[in-house]
Amino acid sequence: MVKPLPKEYYTRLEEIQAADFVALELVLYLNTHPTDRQAIEQHNQFARHSRQLKQAFEVQFGPLQHGSPNPSQTVWTWGESPWPWQV
Amino acid sequence: MWIYEKKLQYPVKVSTCNPTLAKYLMEQYGGADGELAAALRYMNQRYTIPDKVIGLLNDIATEEFAHLEMIATMIYKLTKDATPQQLRDAGLAEHYVSHDSALFYNNAAGVPFTAAYIQAKGDPIADLYEDIAAEEKARATYQWIIDLSDDPDLNDSLRFLREREVVHSQRFREAVEMLKEDQNRKKVF
Repeated sequence: MVKPLPKEYYTRLEEIQAADFVALELVLYLNTHPTDRQAIEQHNQFARHSRQLKQAFEVQFGPLQHGSPNPSQTVWTWGESPWPWQV
Repeated sequence: MWIYEKKLQYPVKVSTCNPTLAKYLMEQYGGADGELAAALRYMNQRYTIPDKVIGLLNDIATEEFAHLEMIATMIYKLTKDATPQQLRDAGLAEHYVSHDSALFYNNAAGVPFTAAYIQAKGDPIADLYEDIAAEEKARATYQWIIDLSDDPDLNDSLRFLREREVVHSQRFREAVEMLKEDQNRKKVF
């Protein structure tokens, strides 16, 4: 079973979801408006912001994707709960 | 290739165990205008669409898989604590005898998914018009589910998904205009 998660897990995750949402929205927009310089700048800004949020989240709550460092030297944590549909 | 991210695109909360709502949501899981159909349709059409709009189909197809995961999460959360009796009362007895409370790619009436729901015509305008229609049908389905749902937490996530259909439709309409402009330019020169 999934152990209870601190409130911070949800708030930090929502910050990531918000940043990624803006970045994705700009990706789709830029696919049909590829010369909008302001949108490109906004996209890069939110992509950077998302990367920073994810790095901080992963230190505390474990990896969000393959390629992120495993937080423990002795136990592999990728396969540990919670999975997204469990929270 | 794809890299999995251990998060949903948007949070999914449900207020109470509600297998009736889960049954309605199966329309967006394995139905003709659901998220699986959308993801598979765009992912497959992208190979033969003009280069200018490959990126759009690729990225929207990928987002549809994230929506499929959100719908799955809703169905899972709405049914995970349901008793066999509750599933039967919700009209899910047939689902239960075949799948227990496992998810399956059925529509709301229990009809399994088929690739016959989707098309790839090889004609870019025909494909993109199908894609626009698919988004509008999915948007309408979300609205009908919201109309039937009395779960405020779930409705918040459903409204997010409904708005994504609007955005995707808009982007596909722009893609059509980009291709039409190219066609007209070829005729002039």
